[in-house]
Amino acid sequence: MAPESSTQIHNIGYRSYDGTRLGRAYARKSLYSQSLRGAYGLGRSAKSKVLPMILFAVMCVPALIIVAVAIAVPGSTDLPIKYTTYALTTQVVIGLYLASQAPQSVSRDLRFKTVPLYFSRPIERVDYVVAKYAAMASALFILTATPLLIMYIGSLLAKFDVGDQTKGFGQGIVSVLLLSLLFAGLGLVMAALTPRRGFGVAAVIALLLIPYGAVSTVQAVAYGTGNTGAIEWLGLFSPITLIDGVQTAFLGATTAFPGGDGPSTGVGAVYLLVVLALIAGSYAALMARYRKAGL
Amino acid sequence: MTVIATESLSKRYPRVTALDRLSLDIGPGVTGLVGANGAGKSTLIKILLGLSPATEGRAAVLGLDVATHGSAIRERVGYMPEHDCLPPDVSATEFVVHMARMSGLPASAARERTADTLRHVGLYEERYRPIGGYSTGMKQRVKLAQALVHDPQLVLLDEPTNGLDPVGRDEMLGLIRRVYTDFGISVLVTSHLLGELERTCDHVVVVDGGKLLRSSSTSDFTQTTTTLAVEVTDSDLHPDGAAALSRALARAGVGLAASEEQGLPGAGHILLVEATGEATYDIVRDTVAELGLGLVRMEQRRHHIAEVFRDHDQQQLAAKGAGGDGA
Repeated sequence: MAPESSTQIHNIGYRSYDGTRLGRAYARKSLYSQSLRGAYGLGRSAKSKVLPMILFAVMCVPALIIVAVAIAVPGSTDLPIKYTTYALTTQVVIGLYLASQAPQSVSRDLRFKTVPLYFSRPIERVDYVVAKYAAMASALFILTATPLLIMYIGSLLAKFDVGDQTKGFGQGIVSVLLLSLLFAGLGLVMAALTPRRGFGVAAVIALLLIPYGAVSTVQAVAYGTGNTGAIEWLGLFSPITLIDGVQTAFLGATTAFPGGDGPSTGVGAVYLLVVLALIAGSYAALMARYRKAGL
Repeated sequence: MTVIATESLSKRYPRVTALDRLSLDIGPGVTGLVGANGAGKSTLIKILLGLSPATEGRAAVLGLDVATHGSAIRERVGYMPEHDCLPPDVSATEFVVHMARMSGLPASAARERTADTLRHVGLYEERYRPIGGYSTGMKQRVKLAQALVHDPQLVLLDEPTNGLDPVGRDEMLGLIRRVYTDFGISVLVTSHLLGELERTCDHVVVVDGGKLLRSSSTSDFTQTTTTLAVEVTDSDLHPDGAAALSRALARAGVGLAASEEQGLPGAGHILLVEATGEATYDIVRDTVAELGLGLVRMEQRRHHIAEVFRDHDQQQLAAKGAGGDGA
C-alpha cells in the first residue's frame, strides 16, 4: 500500500483506492474460479465439502480397483473395462453430483437475490452465464476425467500397449468432455428455473433418470418384440443414451443398448447433432433466464 | 462538475410510463431522491447503471453516457439494492471480497479493501461469522460495504433505511453522510420519506409519477426561522401545563407557531415557539420557572421538508386555479 499522501488525510483513515481495476474479463475469470471451487465445496463451509468429496471418491475408487486388478492379474494385456464405458456405468454418481451442485451454483444467487449485485458491476449477463456454465462443465469434467486418468496411468504402469491405451484414453476424454458440456447445460437450466434448491435437486435427478428409465424400458420391449430397428432411434431421448450413441458411433465404444447394437455412423451423426443442439439450447435458455433476473 | 445528468429521460412500459421527460442535473454531495412507491426511483437507478435502455432522452453518469458506457460506469459506481441480496451461508468478509473481485479488484487489494470497508461501516469481529446470523442493521451495513468496497466515485443507495428501527435508521443516515464527508464519495439515496433525508442530504430531488416535482438544496427548504419545541409537565396548580405556558408566553410577547403535530399522542404537551433570538430561550426558561412547571425538553426544530412541499403544492394549486394549466 502506498503511503498516504498529505492531501488525502481523512479523520477516520479512509483510504481511497488508486490501484488497478482489472475489469470485465478478470471479473468473469474470478466468477469462474469461485464457482468451480464452490462445486467441490472449497471456500464454502465444511459441511458443503462432504457430499462433492464423497462423490468424487466414489468415482475414483472403481478406477483404482480396475487398475489394481489389471496389474495383479498375470498375463493381462488390457484393462478389464473400456475408458468410454466408465462414465456410463457410473452415471448415477455423476447424476447425483450434478443434482447436488448445479442448484448450489445458480439457485443460491437467484434465491438470495444476489444476481443484481453481479449485474451492477462491470460484468454482463453473457459473462455470468459463460462463467457459471464453464465452471459446472469443468467440475463435471474433473469428476469424470480423473478416473480415466487413473486408469491410463495404471495401464502404463502395467506395461500395456501404449498406443492402444493412449487412443482409448483420448476417446474417453472426448466422450466425457461432451458429457460434461451436455450435463452441465441441462443441469444448470433445470436448476435456474427455480430459486428453490430442493426443487432444483429433484428437477435435475428427474431429468436424468426418468428419460433414461423410460428409454431403456422401451428399448428392452423393442428388443423383446424383435423390433430392433427402433432401438437406435429411441436412444435420442435421454441424456446418457445420447452420449452412449455418439461414442459408439464415433469413439469406438461398446454400447449399453439392448442387443449390443449402437447407432450406425449415419444415425450417430443425428445423435451428435442433437447433443450439440442441446448444449447450444441450454446456453440460450440460460441467457433468456437471466434477462429478467437483473435488478 | 456534474455527477448525474439526465435530459428528457423517459421510460415507457406497455402499460405504464415509469419516467416522463425527466431532466436532472445532480452535482457532488449527498442527493436525496424522494418519491412515493412507484414514482420511478428504481427505474431511474436501472437506467443510470446502464442496465435498462431509456425509451427516449439521454442520461450521463460521471460524464459517461449510460447507453454506450454501461460497463465503465458500473466500474466506478456502487449500488446498494433495496431488497435482501446476501447469501446467509458465507461470512461478510468472504462475500465482500468476492464482490470486490467482481468489480475488478486484484485478490490482495480486494482483501485489504474489504477489511477497511467493513471496519468503516461498523462491522468488527462479527464479519467472520455467516451472514445468516446477522441483525437487519448489520445486514444493511454489509450491503453498504459491498457498494463501497471498490472505492466508487458515486454510490446509488436504494432505500437504505428500509426495515431499520429508529436507532438503526439514525446510524445508517449518519453513515451515509460520512460516505461523502469522510470518504469523498458522492451519494444518491432514495427514500419515500422526506423527513429522514433533510438531515442527510445537501440536495433533494422529488419525483412523482416519473416527473420532476422539485429539485433544490436542502438548506433552501429549511432556512427559515428556528422553531423551538418545548415540552413541560403539569402541576397541581396548572393541570394543563402546556396551556398555562402558552398563555404566559403570549403575555410575554413570544410568538407561538401552529403545531403540526395535533392529534399525535403527547402532542398537547409540546408547544412550538418561534425563536427570534437568544433572548427567547431565556424568556421560555424563566416563564416555565415562574409557573413552577417542570421543563422536560426544549429543542430546536427545523421546518420539515414536508411542510415546504405542502406549501409548494398549495402554491401550485393556487397558480393552476388562477392561470389555468400553464405547464
